[in-house]
Amino acid sequence: MADRLLEYTGTVSERDLQAQVLDDMDIERERGITIKSHAIQMDYVHNDEKFVLNLIDTPGHVDFSYEVSRSIAACEGALLIVDATQGIQAQTISNLYLAIENDLEIIPVLNKMDLDNAMPDEVKDQIVDLIGCDYEDIIEASGKTGYGVDVILDSIIHKVPYPKGDTNEPLQALIFDSVFNSFRGIIAYFRIFNGEIKKGDKVKFVNTEREYEANEIGVLRLDQESRDILRTGDVGYIISGIKTSKEVKVGDTITHLNNPCISAISGFEDVKPMVFAGIYPTDPDDYEELRASIEKLQLNDASLTYEPESSMALGFGFRCGFLGLLHMEIIQERLDREFNMNVITTMPNVSYNVVTNKNEIIEVHNPSGLPEHKYIDHIEEPYIKSQIITQSDFIGPIIKLCLDKRGELKNQVYLSTSRVELTVDMPLGEIVFDFYDKLKSISKGYASFDYHISGYKPAKLIKLDILLNGESVDALSTLIHFDNAYDFGKRICSKLKELIPRQQYDIAIQAAIGAKIIARETIKAVRKDVTAKCYGGDITRKRKLLEKQKKGKKRMRQVGNVEVPQQAFLVVLKLND
Amino acid sequence: MAGIYLHIPFCKQKCHYCNFYTTGSLKYRDDFVKAIKLEIQSRKDYLGSNKITTIYFGGGTPSMLSVEELNEILETIYGVYDVEPNSEITLESNPDDIDFEYLADLKKHSPINRLSIGIQSFFDDDLKYLHRVHDSKRAKKCIENTLKVGFENLTIDLIYGIPTLTNDKWTENLKLFFDYNIPHLSSYSLTVEPKTALDVLIRKQRFANIDEKQSIKHFNTLIEQTDKNSYVNYEISNFAKKGFYSKHNSIYWLGGHYIGFGPSAHSYNGLSRQWNVMNMKKYCNSDSSNLIKEKEVLSESQMYNEYILTSLRTSWGCDLEHIYNVFGDGYSEHFHKTIIPFIESGKILKRGSVYTLTNAGKLFADGIASTLFFDI
Repeated sequence: MADRLLEYTGTVSERDLQAQVLDDMDIERERGITIKSHAIQMDYVHNDEKFVLNLIDTPGHVDFSYEVSRSIAACEGALLIVDATQGIQAQTISNLYLAIENDLEIIPVLNKMDLDNAMPDEVKDQIVDLIGCDYEDIIEASGKTGYGVDVILDSIIHKVPYPKGDTNEPLQALIFDSVFNSFRGIIAYFRIFNGEIKKGDKVKFVNTEREYEANEIGVLRLDQESRDILRTGDVGYIISGIKTSKEVKVGDTITHLNNPCISAISGFEDVKPMVFAGIYPTDPDDYEELRASIEKLQLNDASLTYEPESSMALGFGFRCGFLGLLHMEIIQERLDREFNMNVITTMPNVSYNVVTNKNEIIEVHNPSGLPEHKYIDHIEEPYIKSQIITQSDFIGPIIKLCLDKRGELKNQVYLSTSRVELTVDMPLGEIVFDFYDKLKSISKGYASFDYHISGYKPAKLIKLDILLNGESVDALSTLIHFDNAYDFGKRICSKLKELIPRQQYDIAIQAAIGAKIIARETIKAVRKDVTAKCYGGDITRKRKLLEKQKKGKKRMRQVGNVEVPQQAFLVVLKLND
Repeated sequence: MAGIYLHIPFCKQKCHYCNFYTTGSLKYRDDFVKAIKLEIQSRKDYLGSNKITTIYFGGGTPSMLSVEELNEILETIYGVYDVEPNSEITLESNPDDIDFEYLADLKKHSPINRLSIGIQSFFDDDLKYLHRVHDSKRAKKCIENTLKVGFENLTIDLIYGIPTLTNDKWTENLKLFFDYNIPHLSSYSLTVEPKTALDVLIRKQRFANIDEKQSIKHFNTLIEQTDKNSYVNYEISNFAKKGFYSKHNSIYWLGGHYIGFGPSAHSYNGLSRQWNVMNMKKYCNSDSSNLIKEKEVLSESQMYNEYILTSLRTSWGCDLEHIYNVFGDGYSEHFHKTIIPFIESGKILKRGSVYTLTNAGKLFADGIASTLFFDI
C-alpha cells in the first residue's frame, strides 16, 4: 500500500519502483514484512493546493511494538489498513488502541479488495464494531492494483488535522527512528512538535543528556534532501557525528542547548530485551570476528544487546538480548547474510528475577547463571497479557493450548458471531518456545496473537540439565516449570536423538534435575561405514559425498566426546517438527 | 600403463539393487556398436603415449553382445592403441547368457582372457530378492562350463547382507566358491542405493530391509574364510590368490589412467575426470561436441582426497612418503595428525610409512577417509 501512495503522489518514479520500496533489507522483501519503520515525505496537489504529507510505514509485529508506539506518537493520523480476506488481527487492535490513545484521526481502509476471497461486508462490520465509524467512511482499496488510493489521499487531506504546535516555542522534537550509515554515522529521524531547528544549531537529547551540533538536517524524500531549517510539523533527519546507536534512543526528545524546552515528550522508555540466547561462532576461531559483526549490527539496531559469556560446551560467545523471537531470528539471519557469520544459537530464555535469601533481586539471563539452590528464596518470571483473536471454531483447542502453557483465561468476548477475542495471562517463558507455531497450526493460520509484558510473578521453576555421555551441556540447560519438567525432558531427549548423528561410540542422552535423571535415550554407535564398490566412475561421486560429510562434521561442535550439530542446540524450537 | 573400460549398458532385466546406467531395449544394438567404435577412434589421443595394459567390458551385461561384436570392438582398439601383448582383457557376464558354445567360441576366437561372472548367490530365494535373471542351477552350470572350456583367470561376484541370506547359506556360498577353486572373488555388502527398485520396495515395506548386524557378521565370515583359504583381501571387496589380482580395477585404486567408452563411462588422465552422456540415443547420435556430460579438473586437495579414499581401501595402503613427495609437507602433516586417533583405536595399522586398515577398520573406511580429507 505504501508503494501505491508513493507512486500516486509521484514521490517515486515508475522507473525506481520495485516492490516494497521502503523495505530496503533483503529479509524484509523476501518475507514481505517490515522490520524497521520507514519515513518518507510526499507532495500531493488537491484542488490546486499543494500539501506536504509525511508517511511512516511501521512494522506490525509485536516484537517491535515500542517502535510503532513512537511512530504513532509522531503522527496526526493513521491509516487503519485491514486485510479484506483476513479481517481484524490481534496486533491491529493493539496498534489501533495506541493510535486512539494518541488522538490520531483514524482512516479505515479495506485492503486487498482485488482478491476473490475478499469479504468486504463481514470485515466492514468488524471495523464498525471496533472504531464506531460509518460504513461509508471505510475506503475500499487494493495495494496491488492501486484501486482506492486517490480516495485515501483525499480523505487524509480532509480529515487529518494540520500539525499543531508553535514555531516560536523552544525546540521539541521526537526521535522515532534511527539508521546507521557507514559514512555519516547514526542518522536520527524526528518530528518537530514545537519550535524550529537550523543547520549548525547546538542541540541536546533530553533523555541521554548528550549534546551535539546539527551538522546536517533535512527532509526524507526517496533520498535524504538537506535543508537549512525545519519547522514545527516537519519530519526530518539530523546528522551530528553520532557513532553508536546506543546514543540515539527512539522516543527521546531533541531540544536546543541554549533554549531548552520545559519538558521532554512523554512516552519515552528504555526498551529492555525480554528474550535472551547465547550466540557462539561455529568455528571458535571466529570469536573476534563475531564480536565485530555484532557490534556493527548493533549500530543499526539499538534494541539488540550483548555481553560476552563463555560456555563449557561452546567456548566464548555472547549473551544477546532480543525484543522477541522474530527479532532473534532476524538477527541470526542478518549475521549470516550481511556478515557471513555461521553461528550457533543456544536455547532462548526470558529474563528471570531471582530473589535471594537476603532479599536481593538478581536478574538472570541465562540458566547457567542461576545462583546455587541454597541461596535462592524464589524465582519470578515475566508474565504477559495477551490477546488472541480467532474464529470461534478453534476456541476449544486454543484455550487448551493456553492452559498447557500455564495460561489463565481472563476474558472471552465475541467480536461477531464467528469471531472471538480471548484475553489470557501467560508466562512469557512459555511462549518463547513453540507457542506461536502451535497457535497458527491449530487455527489453520487464522488466529492472531498480540501481547504486552504485564509484570513478574513467582513460579516453581527448576533448572533442567541435559547430559551427553554423563557430561552436562550448559548450552542446553533450561529453566522450566516443575510441573512440565518430566514431559519436557523426555521430549528433548528423544528429539536430540534425532538431531545428533550416530557416532563411533554409543551416546547416552539424559535429562536431569540436579542429580536426578528424569529421562534417557541412547544413540547407538555406527557399526559400519563403508561403501561396497569403488571403481572408475564411483571415485568422483564418492569423493564428493565424503567431502560433504566432512563439511557437515566441521559444522558440528565437539562436546566432550560427542559431535553435536548446530541445530541440536536449538532443540526446544524443533520439538514439534 | 593405462586401462580401457567399455560400458555395454544392455540388460535383460534390471536387478533391484542396480544404480548403473542400463537399458532393456536392444533397439540401438547395431547403432551402439558403430558408435562405440567411432568413439574409440575419435578419442585416440586422450591417454597420450600411454600403453594399454588392461581392457574391461563392463555393464550392463557385455555378454549380451555376440563374440563377433566383441571382437569387432577389440579390433578397433588394437588398430588405434598400443596394446601390450599380455594385457588383461576381462568380460563381465551373466550366467544366463554364457552357454557352453558361447564360452568355447570366446575362448577360441577372442583375445578375452579373464571372465567375471555375476553369480551373487547359489540360492534361488536370494536371486529372486535381487531380481536376477538366472537361477542357482544355471549359476553352477555356468562356472563348470567356464572351467571346462579352460578359462583359468576367473572371478565371480557374491553379495552378502541379503535379508534372505542366512548365516549358514552365506557360509555355503563361500564353500562352493572355494570348492570350485576360483582364483578371484568380488564380494559386496548389499547396499540400498537411492532411486533403485530396492530402495522403493523397502520404503514401501514390500521387501525386508537390510540388517546391519547381519551384514557385519557376513563380512567377518568372509574375511575369516578367505584368509583361511589363502586369498588376499587386496581391496575391501576383492579377494584373490597370488597372481590373480584384477589388474584393471587396480588401476582405479592406484590412481592410474583410464579411458572409458560408451554411455556414462568415466575417463581419467591424471589431471581431470570426465564422463559421457548417460542416454543410449544421445550417445549413438553424439559427436565430440556433445559426448561429454561433465568434466572436472581436479585440484590438489581433490587429488589428495582421492588418493586417501582409494588407497586406504587397498592392502597397499596410504604411504606417507608418497604424500610428502607428491603433495608436500602441508599434506603429510595433516595426514599424520588426523590418522593418529585411528591407530590408537585399532582401526589403522602402521608399518613404516605405510598405513592400512585393520579388519576392524575396514568397516569404517568411509568415515576414516572423510576425516583424513583435506579441505580447501
